[in-house]
Amino acid sequence: MTSLKQLFGGGARQFGMVFALIALVIIFQIATGGKVLTPTNAQNIINGNSYVLILAIGMVLVIIAGHIDLSVGSVAAVVGIIVALAIRDWGIPWWAGILLGLAVGAVIGAWQGFWVAYVGIPGFITTLAGMMFFRGANQYIGKSNTVPVPEEIQTLGAGYLPEWGPNTGLNNWTLLLGILAIAGVVYGELRKRRSARRLGGTPVPLWVSITRMVALGAVIAYATVLFGSGRVGTSFPVSGVILGVLVLLYGFVSSRTITGRHVYAVGGNKVAAALSGVNIRRTNFFVMMNMSVLAALAGIVFIGRSTASGPFDGTNWELDAIAAVFIGGAAVSGGVGTVVGSLIGGLVMAVLNNGLQLMGVGSDSTQMIKGLVLLAAVAFDVYNKVQGRPSIVGLLMKGARRGRPADPGPDDSTAGTGAVPVSQNETLARS
Amino acid sequence: MLDTPVVLEMRSITKTFPGVKALDQVRMTVREREIHAICGENGAGKSTLMKILSGVYPHGTYEGEIVYQGEEVRFKDIKSSERAGIVIIHQELALIPELSIAENIFLGNEVAAPLGIDWDATREKAAELLARVDLNLSPDEQVKNIGVGQQQLVEIARALAKDVKLLILDEPTSALNEEDSAHLLDLLRDLRAKGMTSIMISHKLNEIAAIADSITIIRDGKTVETLDAGAGEVDEDRIIRGMVGRSLDHRFPDHTPNIGETFFEVRDWWVEHPTVADRMVCKGSAFEVRHGEIVGFAGIMGAGRTELARSIFGRSYGRFRGGEILIDGEPVELHTVQQAIDHKIAYVPEDRKVQGLNLLDSILDTIVSADLRRITKRRVLDTDLAFLASEHYRKSLNIRTPSVRQGVAKLSGGNQQKALLGKWMFPEPDLLILDEPTRGVDVGAKYEIYGLVQRLADAGKGVVVISSELPELLGLCDRIYTIFEGRVTGVLDREQADQESLMRLMTGTSPALTN
Repeated sequence: MTSLKQLFGGGARQFGMVFALIALVIIFQIATGGKVLTPTNAQNIINGNSYVLILAIGMVLVIIAGHIDLSVGSVAAVVGIIVALAIRDWGIPWWAGILLGLAVGAVIGAWQGFWVAYVGIPGFITTLAGMMFFRGANQYIGKSNTVPVPEEIQTLGAGYLPEWGPNTGLNNWTLLLGILAIAGVVYGELRKRRSARRLGGTPVPLWVSITRMVALGAVIAYATVLFGSGRVGTSFPVSGVILGVLVLLYGFVSSRTITGRHVYAVGGNKVAAALSGVNIRRTNFFVMMNMSVLAALAGIVFIGRSTASGPFDGTNWELDAIAAVFIGGAAVSGGVGTVVGSLIGGLVMAVLNNGLQLMGVGSDSTQMIKGLVLLAAVAFDVYNKVQGRPSIVGLLMKGARRGRPADPGPDDSTAGTGAVPVSQNETLARS
Repeated sequence: MLDTPVVLEMRSITKTFPGVKALDQVRMTVREREIHAICGENGAGKSTLMKILSGVYPHGTYEGEIVYQGEEVRFKDIKSSERAGIVIIHQELALIPELSIAENIFLGNEVAAPLGIDWDATREKAAELLARVDLNLSPDEQVKNIGVGQQQLVEIARALAKDVKLLILDEPTSALNEEDSAHLLDLLRDLRAKGMTSIMISHKLNEIAAIADSITIIRDGKTVETLDAGAGEVDEDRIIRGMVGRSLDHRFPDHTPNIGETFFEVRDWWVEHPTVADRMVCKGSAFEVRHGEIVGFAGIMGAGRTELARSIFGRSYGRFRGGEILIDGEPVELHTVQQAIDHKIAYVPEDRKVQGLNLLDSILDTIVSADLRRITKRRVLDTDLAFLASEHYRKSLNIRTPSVRQGVAKLSGGNQQKALLGKWMFPEPDLLILDEPTRGVDVGAKYEIYGLVQRLADAGKGVVVISSELPELLGLCDRIYTIFEGRVTGVLDREQADQESLMRLMTGTSPALTN
């Protein structure tokens, strides 16, 4: 049990989600007779969902801080039409269009952040108003027309990395990204071991590190081949690269910067945060503004993918993003959640959509299944909390525990020690 | 009283919380038509016992048995104890301010009509109940418009509406002024004369001596003894001896103060209530703290001690209306909490779960949370530094946990308090303001916290201790300021101070002293 936990690192909830995601992919792969894991389909999943995943990254910070943002779809839509019109009618270059779009997102974010952080209107109300207002603004500005966008913007939403260098049988950019990712995994693992030794603890057993590196490396290598071996001219999608950069950036901001810790502090206990010197208003302003900037980016990526900006872009995106965040383990009451978890939560929804579609399940049934998955994922969290058992691992490994004595490791907070409340179920599971 | 029949017997009650045995084989016998008082220090287990009796902790979560009116009872929730006629009135009043008195009285116990609620009958019955508690108010009055003393009477009326046979009052007079308290005690006597049995938890020993027929004393989760007023066993000294049970000398570590120069001064400090305009919570307060000194703030609840502390701590309470803070003789402006932390001030709040800790955090995250800049390298948080810092405080404060990565919510009260102290020692402040540092903490952890406060003082820091427990202030502090209705009414050196002199200054019954 302990070594299994060590194998998958600290975030047991995230391990559960990765597990669910892999299981889902395998099930659909079998059920569709191998249609899921093809280069084209994998590229489609990324291209068709990157904008929702970008929203989920911003949304998780909003939800950690204890708010919600319902306006993201409308904000994306209004930014989309402004960018499309500015490029077509004012003739500004595509990159200036993107900068303009992000600036508009920042202004909208500042507007919503002002009401939430400085006036104290709940985020739900502020952004419900924003949802209506910016939807209307999109249709007012675009006169409910569909406006096409130039090639470069389309590359952003549906394009691929260029071909270069020797013929490796794979797209070379994809190959390079894959190699960098594997190197990153190895470096991270070695760093973790070094840090554990320096702090006077014992690092996890060597075989655990190696297994972890090999397992993760194999998944990345497989993905590299999968994305890189499509027809010539395709690769890991550009929108996927943007998403990857954002995940790394926001993962870092949320866990390794003061601003990030303050977001968790505000969501966890606002009063205690205020008495610890956290500027509550500035933190709330930051998360709301950041969300709208990311919504603007998502809107730009989307008009690229659909080659035009239309009056109904972004409808219901807020709900998809919120669902991804909650499937990814965030708490409605705030203070809990991770960027990576939300990414995985979003991918679970995306694979579910894609797999069911490939199986020929209608969109009616797909909606119903997605609804139940959301409910089940959150119910699972709630159940575990009530049981005093924090992780999905505990439940999955219940059988495995039976034969072995509890062996509390340094990062195993649930097992063994007298001061920790032991639930009845857990006692039963151990005996 | 020994001749009246027994109405309630609690036998061998044992209740364990994670890491703490709150009650150990406690027994209590209550006779019909008596006022039975339960005495004990904070954390002795009085409230826990009453929560068991009223079903807040249901049958099965404790050991032992409860015999009520001759039968063993097993309450599964508050509703089931109320059906048996046992009603508890908690220390924190549970009235809803926006509703009327009548609505509050019958909340959860509504007078049903064929369709919905019979409002005429509700009002009529409420008026009757108000008459029984001698409260001359309209049943339609909103609760937010009436005083605390009147609210307490509404609570009793609400209990009467439930056909109460055994009334439990947890600290009924702690929030009341003398007049309201006296009125409430009269009402209890009156109810007793009409056949009511009451159990009362109180810290006010003079009230207990005046009203109780018998007294159960609990110490450290065990029943120490039962005193019978009819047998002339009850006086305040006798109760204190039972409650404390050991000489006061050993509750505090030995300490020889080493006091230096004054470094922190507050002058003519005025603060207005955050929502009630024109109500001043600090009225020209002034005090000073010297290096190596432990300074106490004594005052009854609502006197303005916390308000004074928090308004100094970066104006985190109320509206600033004038005054000066001097550090090392230089005036400083502390407009935000961050500025206060930057000026080496720390404030450890009174309610650790509500104001002090993010219960979702690990111990590690908790300890570094008040000064994240100290664990950053080039603006990036260094998790190794955070780990080393939290390990340091885990060891030096003796926080009992298998790992600093464990959630702070899993710690016992005393260890949580130590983690909170660690959080505020981490920024290495020169002045620490500790607001009720031992509230809800067991006796062993109290002793450790006292030792810690003394060590901080020995390191040259100034420590301000706000406490409602006078023995704590007397045992710990070198100098004690008394505060009454927002004013500093006096300051006593350790040698001059005793409970009586402090109490006179705290209640405004003695002219202001200065020295």
